[in-house]
Amino acid sequence: MNNGAVLTGEHFLNGDVACAEGALAAGCNFFAGYPITPATEVAERMSRRLPKTGGIYIQMEDEIASMAAILGASWGGAKAMTSTSGPGFSLMMENIGLGMMTETPCVLVNIMRAGPSTGLPTLVGQADVMQARWGSHGDYGVIAISPASVQEMFDLTIEAFNLSEQYRQPVFILSDEVVGHMYEKLVIPPAERIHRIERRKPEKRPDEYVPFMGEEDLVPPMACAGEGYRVHVTGLTHDEMGYPHMFHTTQERLVRRLVDKIRLNADKIIRLESDFMEDAKVVVIAYGCVSRSAREAVERARSKGLKVGMLRLITVWPFPTKKLRELAGRVETFIIPEINYGQVAYEVERCAGDRAEIVQVGIMGGTVHSPEDIYDVIEEFAQ
Amino acid sequence: MIRRVPPTEPFEVERHLSKNEALHGIHPDDTYLKPGRIPHIWCPGCGLGVVLNAYIQALKAREIPQDRASVISGIGCTGRAAGYLNMDTYHTTHGRAIPFATGLSLIRPELSVTVLSGDGDLFAIGGNHLIHAARRNVNVKVICVNNFNYGMTGGQSAPTTPLEARTSTTPYGNVEHPFNLVSLAAASGAVYVARWTAFHARFLVESISEAFMKPGFTFIEVITPCPTGYNRPNKLGAGLDMMKLFREKSEIHHGLDPNEAELDLKRRIVVGKFVDLEKPTFADGYEKLMNGDPKRA
Amino acid sequence: MRFWRLPLDAKKYSIPVGELHIIDDRCKGCGYCIEFCPNGVLVLSKKFNVKGYHPPEPLPGKEMECVNCNLCQVICPEFAIYSTLKFSKELSEEDIERYNELVRQRRKDFHE
Ligand code: SF4
Ligand code: SF4
Ligand code: SF4
Repeated sequence: MNNGAVLTGEHFLNGDVACAEGALAAGCNFFAGYPITPATEVAERMSRRLPKTGGIYIQMEDEIASMAAILGASWGGAKAMTSTSGPGFSLMMENIGLGMMTETPCVLVNIMRAGPSTGLPTLVGQADVMQARWGSHGDYGVIAISPASVQEMFDLTIEAFNLSEQYRQPVFILSDEVVGHMYEKLVIPPAERIHRIERRKPEKRPDEYVPFMGEEDLVPPMACAGEGYRVHVTGLTHDEMGYPHMFHTTQERLVRRLVDKIRLNADKIIRLESDFMEDAKVVVIAYGCVSRSAREAVERARSKGLKVGMLRLITVWPFPTKKLRELAGRVETFIIPEINYGQVAYEVERCAGDRAEIVQVGIMGGTVHSPEDIYDVIEEFAQ
Repeated sequence: MIRRVPPTEPFEVERHLSKNEALHGIHPDDTYLKPGRIPHIWCPGCGLGVVLNAYIQALKAREIPQDRASVISGIGCTGRAAGYLNMDTYHTTHGRAIPFATGLSLIRPELSVTVLSGDGDLFAIGGNHLIHAARRNVNVKVICVNNFNYGMTGGQSAPTTPLEARTSTTPYGNVEHPFNLVSLAAASGAVYVARWTAFHARFLVESISEAFMKPGFTFIEVITPCPTGYNRPNKLGAGLDMMKLFREKSEIHHGLDPNEAELDLKRRIVVGKFVDLEKPTFADGYEKLMNGDPKRA
Repeated sequence: MRFWRLPLDAKKYSIPVGELHIIDDRCKGCGYCIEFCPNGVLVLSKKFNVKGYHPPEPLPGKEMECVNCNLCQVICPEFAIYSTLKFSKELSEEDIERYNELVRQRRKDFHE
């Protein structure tokens, strides 16, 4: 790619802008969005860069339209993205469902702010974790990634595009206001060193192609508009040919595959960062901006000889159920600091059951835990 | 752990493909229809088939290859139209066909992108998208089938239901004023605006093929009979009776101010082409931007 | 317009004669083709198709009067009817007479 999309070199940028640059580096050539704090900088950067790199930027009339537009563009063969925050994320739910049902690759960035409703538009929150998982009606599998630094906003946006192409579905970047607005050093590698996964195209002839028949990994190859395959794509329950079929057996096959393509491939998708786990009796689980305070608290506790481990969720969804079940046997306490009243904590509870104590350190939004906030809790449970 | 039972009925590809062949290819327009999808689900006497047919005839008239055209629809009876066409077709969410089409058309400018949807889909739940797409002048051809009600869900009132008309949710008569769709589309900036009825099949074909050649946002309203949803409570008889009514009450007035294009089933139905103008499209403006002064970037 | 005699250039023109194809089992009996055929060629048949509708058929004796205009193909919502060109025949006195009769009839309808 030699169209100026990859700004190789060192930069000092904020997370939102790094995310936009990551998208461009991944090959994103379509962006549709609607202004919303604290995600606007992603759109602003895209509006400046896309027209000069051969892509399309469009500001839509609302987030519903933004989400619909990126699905349309994706079916036109584009790598498409939108960015938003809480209220916009709520509006996108309808077409997220369409994206899941029609297996449309695209990336949706949610720079989380504090809710519900308009909440604290300019201040941080992490309360959309469950919405990302269950927000649109019906069952489907979800991939959501939570970057914790400006560099990760870049790297993981590329990863999000790759996962969306690989598993053929919308992938979420679940970032937050703090990471989105924080300025840090960003190193962009040369274009040829960026790993990109491209769309899986059908190898069969149009008359043999069965558009919604999953391959071994349950993902069907995708024929886009104008490629001669004449595919009908519908949000209705459809059979493998793509035709609406209002019957429970078809629903059964379809929905199982939509869920299973993530569930059964979860080990390949999940990314965790774990430290000091060997002898840990207490484990702090954190993600996004909070993981930065958590790491400092854990390091401080370690230096004082406390047996504390740190688990950072890089992918919040799919949830590392297996890993947590394993840990629950030997870890006595899980401490989950997050900027909500218990969302990842619920998942940890689901995995650990009664075998470990679950301590949620919640902030309702607007500010991040200080390392001391977390350290105090560690101290209480690790003594 | 939750135990999961594998699904019992696998999909039989072979059987499916052979079944599709059976009733296909017996009509010259079958090449434009997806194998095995006809007969469609629409009621006898419904005008939707006429509109679908007209779309095909217009494609033929302009010799637009099937792989250079795409149809996007929303939800409702009309929403099902996309699924019958043998091309790349997208049946999206309620009201969102236009933004979906916007994305597709911008990224694939060589495709002829048509939105084929109903009055409720395009003007109630999707009204905001329609006016903005018209304002932006994106290259999307909209064919709006107006049957005065929500047919699929059983004949509820729509933004086009005439004053005092009966529907299943206006049992005492509709108290809301209907939209004049052509005037709304024109005011929003559409470069081509026309209205026909299902009775005007030939004019409709002509109009759609004209719109195909017109870059930008075009809008064609087609009044159709809905014997099941609208006619029944309003005692308008069968589909054919409604078609006869169209023949009787229609007046063609090309170039009329769309604000004055009356649509009153009891008095007169004004049809014709009301707007046909030139204006740079979104893509035109964007092209300029892309090739503009690099220093400004 | 009314022709009072066979126009001198009548030989230059010919009337297409259409061959009708009706796919009975697709028809839903809406009657559009019957009502709007400009030559009144069609009529509802007595037979039932698989779905229980009466498909159209050419009026007995009118088979040759289809002019292959294809309106029925364009207006049929079910893709159940179309016509192809059987042959073209030259205009005869009879055709002109029939045309005039049609015009008379239309006028009468109009004034009523
Ligand atoms: S309900 Fe009305 S619009 Fe829908 S298929 Fe029946 S007649 Fe047509
Ligand atoms: S082709 Fe024309 S004349 Fe012949 S049956 Fe059809 S509508 Fe009538
Ligand atoms: S128009 Fe088509 S569906 Fe209607 S009666 Fe004629 S052949 Fe049958």
